[in-house]
Amino acid sequence: MSKTPLDTVEHAAATPDVELPWAELGLKKDEYERVVEILGRRPTGAELAMYSVMWSEHCSYKSSKVHLRQFGEKAPESDALLVGIGENAGVVDVGQGYAVTFKVESHNHPSYVEPYQGAATGVGGIVRDIIAMGARPVAVVDPLRFGAADHPDTKRVLPGVVAGIGGYGNCLGLPNIGGEVVFDACYQGNPLVNAGAIGVMRHEDIHLAKASGAGNKVILYGARTGGDGIGGASILASETFDDAKPSKRPAVQVGDPFQEKLLIECTLEAFAEKLVVGIQDLGAAGLSCATSELASNGSGGMSVTLDDVPLRDSTLSPEEILMSESQERMCAVVEPDKVDRFLEICDKWDVIATVIGEVTDGDRLEIFWHGEKIVDVDPRTVAHDGPVYERPYARPSWQDELQADDANKLPRPATGEELKDQVLKLVGSPNQASKQWITQQYDHFVQGNTVLAQPEDSGMIRIDEASGLGVAIATDGNGRYAKLDPYTGAQLALAEAYRNVATTGAKPLAVSDCLNFGSPEDPAVMWQFAEAVRGLADGCKQLGTPVTGGNVSLYNQTGEAAIHPTPVVAVLGVIDDVARRTPVAFQEEGQLLYLLGDTREEFGGSAWSQVIHDHLGGLPPKVDLERERLLGEILISASRDGMIDSAHDLSDGGLIQAVVESALLGGKGARLVVPDGLDAFTFLFSESAGRAVVAVPRSEEVRFNDMCGARGLPVTRIGVVDGDTVEVQGEFSLPLADLREAHEGTIPALLA
Amino acid sequence: MTARIGVVTFPGSLDDRDTQRAIRVAGAEPVALWHKDKDLKQVDAVVLCGGFSYGDYLRAGAIARFSPVMDTVIDQAKAGLPVLGICNGFQILTEAHLLPGGMLGNDHLHFICRDQKLRVENADTAWTTDYEAGQEIHIPLKNMDGRYVADQRTLDELEAEGRVAFRYLGFNPNGSLNDIAGITNAAGNVVGLMPHPEHAVESLIGTGRTDGLPFFTSILKKLVNA
Repeated sequence: MSKTPLDTVEHAAATPDVELPWAELGLKKDEYERVVEILGRRPTGAELAMYSVMWSEHCSYKSSKVHLRQFGEKAPESDALLVGIGENAGVVDVGQGYAVTFKVESHNHPSYVEPYQGAATGVGGIVRDIIAMGARPVAVVDPLRFGAADHPDTKRVLPGVVAGIGGYGNCLGLPNIGGEVVFDACYQGNPLVNAGAIGVMRHEDIHLAKASGAGNKVILYGARTGGDGIGGASILASETFDDAKPSKRPAVQVGDPFQEKLLIECTLEAFAEKLVVGIQDLGAAGLSCATSELASNGSGGMSVTLDDVPLRDSTLSPEEILMSESQERMCAVVEPDKVDRFLEICDKWDVIATVIGEVTDGDRLEIFWHGEKIVDVDPRTVAHDGPVYERPYARPSWQDELQADDANKLPRPATGEELKDQVLKLVGSPNQASKQWITQQYDHFVQGNTVLAQPEDSGMIRIDEASGLGVAIATDGNGRYAKLDPYTGAQLALAEAYRNVATTGAKPLAVSDCLNFGSPEDPAVMWQFAEAVRGLADGCKQLGTPVTGGNVSLYNQTGEAAIHPTPVVAVLGVIDDVARRTPVAFQEEGQLLYLLGDTREEFGGSAWSQVIHDHLGGLPPKVDLERERLLGEILISASRDGMIDSAHDLSDGGLIQAVVESALLGGKGARLVVPDGLDAFTFLFSESAGRAVVAVPRSEEVRFNDMCGARGLPVTRIGVVDGDTVEVQGEFSLPLADLREAHEGTIPALLA
Repeated sequence: MTARIGVVTFPGSLDDRDTQRAIRVAGAEPVALWHKDKDLKQVDAVVLCGGFSYGDYLRAGAIARFSPVMDTVIDQAKAGLPVLGICNGFQILTEAHLLPGGMLGNDHLHFICRDQKLRVENADTAWTTDYEAGQEIHIPLKNMDGRYVADQRTLDELEAEGRVAFRYLGFNPNGSLNDIAGITNAAGNVVGLMPHPEHAVESLIGTGRTDGLPFFTSILKKLVNA
């Protein structure tokens, strides 16, 4: 067995004709040529490893970058934004000296291959992003999408994903307060596992990923580096580097939440003692990413001795060490006189910590192995100067036909009895049914600050015990709407998340997004992506909520079949006093029910069209963001001034879905009257945006109506909280027990 | 003068800060204890809180039971120090043989988080005097390994001596024998239960109930009046 000679920088310069496996590592020919041009020689194996992972779609955003720029260019003026796009996560000022960081990311592909570990490490990754900003993580949310609820493979994927999220998040002590579970056949081979997290810190504790100050030490701490997840974010490692090594390493990482919990505690303790100059978590592209990003964001260069990286597997090659995506690792830059104390804290928490290098006064990232230099690059070329593609895009030929297939023309229920049957079908359909079987596998209570958790409209966490200051988060997305019109669909996702936050009484401040699409090499998909980004950027500008960061997940398709374009939007809000929050559940009999906003005949992409007719066509509901803002202001004022006792936003499933949920959660029924000018069907099932149902105590009726009237928000009295049925006068009456059976029985019957 | 109640932090403890808050809400003084430290800092009582100590990869509580702090807790509990074990703390107490029986994985094999109805069966322990015997309360429950088991003789003994302190009502969330949610030792100073009273002490937070607060006021009264 011959040993391949170490491919040093010197060796690379002397052997320009050596063929490297750039194609196997996922680089295109012109991309490889660009690397050669940047370096002025062929790259070493280690350099190639770094460029290939950092220039992958996942890490470089090469297909999406030209569109994502709009989030910056169209960003609204906002006093709240402390750290914007580009860092590990955005940071928002929520007042009283507190800053909140939040972000949503995807872990779609690994979760299909290995549902439990894929989903678990998705939680782990987003939580490390939050810690890396200097914040204590305080909550997680999980927007999930699976194939058809009754498909056999869904029973493999969903329980694994849910157990993985629970297994990891519960063990970290993070309450899971929100998210979504959506079923649609389009996600059959491409489930979407998005994970969001929120962290809280004081303004002065914000940390950034940069390595400054020559002589400062680079410390790698956390788990040992193993062969797991090599090239997981981009490509599978090949054995070409050295034929003597074991090949076919699994590309899915394996999580150890206990290690991550220790990492959280020891990192926060180090922050508290002001020991950290810069910090970066190791996620996609592992050490390649951490070293190149820290170095390129700092003022100097960096020198790293790869031999010092603690290994789980001593046979790993330097290329594999650089590409490994072993979980639960962080990289900190620490001043020399603080290194001992930093290592002491790690030792206290039994976390392995090793000085692997230092910041230099040059501008190169140099990496050594067995005393020889194997990497010598300008870190910016690795981290920031990746390829940028203007991928061709074109409105798909089928779009017109899809939009012409008008859902408003579908046969409607003709009698009260038919209406009643369809209501039961709707609230018991997998997408509209209670997700309690899933969410009860997540800890909602840990940390003792959870004010609201799913199935509330937004999750809410208290962040200051004395003042009651809190934050709320909602994530929403509707792939069916976006398929009909991606521009509007993205705005509807934004509008819904914004509305959900406002419905609980919190003021929306900022946005993070997770953009899940098919292959960017398909012009139709690229058009959907371009339209969705444009819609979201325009919407955020109009609502005054800047995008603070997020994630793009492309290639969610099997063969020719792409998923519905699925932009998932997270909106973060702030509430001065969580005691004023508004819950979904009806609180007291006799309270008056009001519908806020306008109801139109809008059934394109609706839950009704899906459940009753298995139909997707027409146009999604209209978006009026000024109306959303006004509705939000009314809901926030009403909450602050104690004018409403419960509120629920109207979205998929329409008014009847919302009323049934409020009734079941509160254990109190409702008597509804169809308002003048509307037919019962449209009243119950329309999905017009910009609406909410609120319950107003009789003592507040005049004040509430006056406020809506003065500010020009349409408000219609539609009934009263009463009894143990949901009754629509003159049409039907459904006992809560029947509704509960339909609403709560579906998911356990399918999955338990 | 108030009571000083220690809360042990093991690596992987999750509810240590929450438990300290509950102790504060009740009016006592929480004292942080560390797993590597045998010193209990002269506290008047100890709470072993929820979490996944040392990752619980072996068996819940199996490693924590051998930590340095537990040497002292075990000795002093035998001498009468009031000790409350919540969830993982309960698991640790059984592993340490301060309480009989043990915990297996939930019979449905899933983690479960819910607002759980309980009946207080024994209102005479150090931690339950502010309840009435037979009182029905709601306390959040959240665990993976909450299924209480013991041999028949132990179960008979627990039942005969009134040492089943809490029983699940309406719904047994994990398959525990005799619907047991929590038990006490014969002396009444060591109590363990799976539900989390520290998550039910403020009307705004969690389920919005405060049914867990009497655990902490019971012990406070006992210690202050002692």
